[in-house]
Amino acid sequence: MSTATAAPAKPAEGLFSKKNRKLIVDPLNDNNPITVQVLGICSALAITVKVENALVMSISVMAVLIAGNMVISALRNMIPGRIRIIAQLVIAAGLVTLVDIILKAYVYDVSKQVGVYVGLIITNCIIMGRFEAYAMGNKPLPSAMDAIGNSLGYAWILVVVALFREFFGNGSIMGLRIIPESLYGDGGIGYFNNNMMILPPMALVLVGIIIWIQRARNTKLIEQA
Amino acid sequence: MAFDKNSNSFTFIFASVLVAVVGTVLAVTFLALKPAYDENVRREKMQNILASMKVKVERDAAPEKYKELVKETLLVDAHGKPTDGDAFGLDVLKQYKDWKANVVKAEDMKYPVYKASTDGKDLFVLPMVGTGLWGPIWGYVSVESDGRTVYGSVFDHKGETPGLGAEIATPVFYDQFPGKTITEDDGTYTSIKVYKGGTGTTDPHGVDGISGGTITSDGVHEMLKRTLAVYDTYLKSVVAPPPPPAMEALPTDSLTADSTSTSLVNP
Repeated sequence: MSTATAAPAKPAEGLFSKKNRKLIVDPLNDNNPITVQVLGICSALAITVKVENALVMSISVMAVLIAGNMVISALRNMIPGRIRIIAQLVIAAGLVTLVDIILKAYVYDVSKQVGVYVGLIITNCIIMGRFEAYAMGNKPLPSAMDAIGNSLGYAWILVVVALFREFFGNGSIMGLRIIPESLYGDGGIGYFNNNMMILPPMALVLVGIIIWIQRARNTKLIEQA
Repeated sequence: MAFDKNSNSFTFIFASVLVAVVGTVLAVTFLALKPAYDENVRREKMQNILASMKVKVERDAAPEKYKELVKETLLVDAHGKPTDGDAFGLDVLKQYKDWKANVVKAEDMKYPVYKASTDGKDLFVLPMVGTGLWGPIWGYVSVESDGRTVYGSVFDHKGETPGLGAEIATPVFYDQFPGKTITEDDGTYTSIKVYKGGTGTTDPHGVDGISGGTITSDGVHEMLKRTLAVYDTYLKSVVAPPPPPAMEALPTDSLTADSTSTSLVNP
């Protein structure tokens, strides 16, 4: 019994066929996992205080999603339908733990910064969403493409939100000071950081603004009442 | 397909094999990368000890600098008396957790002391562990050779909220510590108090807490009060006592090394 919810892949297709390109391009805008599917919002709120954190989180999600999609896709004809969600969860949890172990051994400083959130990748609905909606019904290669597309769609929203939050909240980008120290306080022009940008609710507002802009430009995304 | 993938036996076998494979992959990777991770942790500990002495080094350079500056390591017991054991190897976080879980009694706990010198000053580096809002917090405080003046400090945490409690790991918080004293002039133990509401800096024994990070700040306060009490008795035993106070010392109200106290007295 197939549990596929997406269209089955056709055989003998070029790597950059129109269909495969669509797999990567679609999630960037028309089918963005955050702004259109409204998945993975929690991490978008939590880790976007700094651009660096957003990048590491995006790369981690991409690694987990590509590997996971390919493994699930390779096993799709074997996974029993009754325990498919549990099987997906075991694979996702294993991969997340793997990423965590590797970060701790090779990029210890970064793992300390984002360590708490790496464990939370498992709760990122994009991961389970793509496993269930795409990898369970498609071949490994298109599944990898789908993973790349979706994680890039996730990444750009995270990075844009983090750019605004770090710039206005801390006056820096990627840890580099952009707003000169001399403008701050009474000695300068009285500028001070907007601490509200650092707080999670502001991330929600920023994501909301991105959704607003996106729907204003792309009217086919607007649901008809 | 030759097998019925929805049969109970296949489901059971599939689940078992999947879990076994994932478990094996994780175990092998973990064991293969553990030495690298342990070395990172060891170097970070050296980095923290050095940072509390205001010596900033890269992680790779930490072992060499540590060897150069740290002269002696020792353990003291709960009464501040030197005792045997491997001071650097003692996992103070594990010991703290064991104490919280009633596995280790307060009087059996050991406290590492690192004697070091930098910039012509002899320092005592004192590690400590406590509990923040979401998990453990820890820190290193270096005390000058008079046994009461803080030279530097560094704090860190496992999972405090970024932008709020996590600020204890930033200079904004720990740069307030140098120059503060852990005892009154007459030797009465005061600890370093963490104040709420921005009034701490005028107190010679106080610092300001993190606004919006009250529980983490309370955790730091409790950690300092509990741990420095033990170290204070040790420091008093190795440092020449201060000159007798002009007035007679009050016989009561002196804080002893009550390391079992977990009550939080917030100023």
